[in-house]
Amino acid sequence: MIRFDQVNKWFGAYQALVDINETIAEGEVVVVCGPSGSGKSTLIRTINRLEAIQSGTISINGEDIHPKGLDVNAFRSHIGFVFQQFNLFPHLSAIDNCTLAPMALKRLSPAVAREQALALLDRVGLAHKANAYPSELSGGQQQRVAIARALAMQPPIMLFDEPTSALDPEMVGEVLLVIRDLVRDGMTLVVVTHEMGFAREVAHRVLFMDQGRVLERATPDDFFNRPQHPRAQQFLSDIRTPFATA
Amino acid sequence: MIELIQTYWVYFLVGQYPKGPLGGLALTVLLAGLALVLALPLGVALGLARVSPYRVIRWPVTALVFVVRGVPLLMVVFWAYFFLPSITGVKTDQFGTMLIALVVFDGAYLAEIVRAGIRGVPKGQFESARSLGLSYAQTMRRVILPQALRHMLPSLVNQFVATIKETSLGYIIGLTEVSFIAAQINTQVFTRGAEVYLLLGLTYFVLCFGLSRFAFWLEQRLAQRKDLQPLPQPLKASA
Repeated sequence: MIRFDQVNKWFGAYQALVDINETIAEGEVVVVCGPSGSGKSTLIRTINRLEAIQSGTISINGEDIHPKGLDVNAFRSHIGFVFQQFNLFPHLSAIDNCTLAPMALKRLSPAVAREQALALLDRVGLAHKANAYPSELSGGQQQRVAIARALAMQPPIMLFDEPTSALDPEMVGEVLLVIRDLVRDGMTLVVVTHEMGFAREVAHRVLFMDQGRVLERATPDDFFNRPQHPRAQQFLSDIRTPFATA
Repeated sequence: MIELIQTYWVYFLVGQYPKGPLGGLALTVLLAGLALVLALPLGVALGLARVSPYRVIRWPVTALVFVVRGVPLLMVVFWAYFFLPSITGVKTDQFGTMLIALVVFDGAYLAEIVRAGIRGVPKGQFESARSLGLSYAQTMRRVILPQALRHMLPSLVNQFVATIKETSLGYIIGLTEVSFIAAQINTQVFTRGAEVYLLLGLTYFVLCFGLSRFAFWLEQRLAQRKDLQPLPQPLKASA
């Protein structure tokens, strides 16, 4: 469904992605992990063209995503994106955050859009907060609204860029439960996360990145129990024993 | 001073109206009001052009903004008065001339306020709107500008207060606004300049102070609205 072919990306002289070749199947749940600055956020941001690439091709359902004349806005509306910092629109209530894009892009009537948005908010457990503004919601609640907002365009693919990294620890669970719910529905998900327990439970496949390269791709069982690449072994031992120095 | 007011208050307020053209304080307020109403949309348009991703739009507007900001308002008034009719072939009256000068001048200043306001909205707002599939224009109109304009309010009011005072330059081209009228009164009662100009100063002060207080009141009200509260800052995690 999502296919990377020899993808390279530079930020100036710094190469953020190196020869990425990867295929993500429809309905697959892929967790991308790796140390800070390894290129994992950059990788998923290239999928909806938030980041440009300098060489190679990315295709979705067999179609190149960088052809001349592509309607980028229509293209993006088919891919849900959830940010680390939530990025809810602070001047709009939770439900208005969710109805903005469907009303502007699908020309849904306010009544229909509200009804659909309310169903989505209910799905993330926040129907009772529909009229609350982002400033009145906790971080976990904001992130759940952000997920509902991304789902409102009914995208077949959802991308999560460290969805729980900006949350207080007690709010991580509620967001992960919502994402697990999407997994059960069979959506195609790419999740950048440091939540290894979550990866172990829901991922079909784990990609390990370091310095812009995908160094290891494995089932969660293989990755966590029998990591092959030395950097992956190092990374896993680092996150298991956070107080170990050298 | 009482006697001065009693004699000249109508002249001060409306000039020679209704026997002649409208003037005085009424003309000043009309000029300032129109300038504000017209300069704001121009400022927003120019501000949007200043942050445009297209160089063809960005560069000429940037040049215009820097030129206008680099000259005194008096020059702009002279250009509008002497230069504009020579290229358009149409002689504009003093009011029209002054209005054009004020709108262009304030539009350029407002453009910079708008630009700063847009730049002040976090980048994530833009990215999340675009990720949903909203176009650049939809993102600006529905997401960025509503947030930017609210944060710009204090700077906007500053500029509006300046506009009220700038109308006094109409005096130079013979526009019968309130400063011109005051000067007229002064020549008629030429021994009492201090009183005349004290009253004129008080008049401007009341106008500007009133606008400032109104803006303060508006700010207080907006601050109580929950859709304008700053979001609780999420923990900063490394990317």
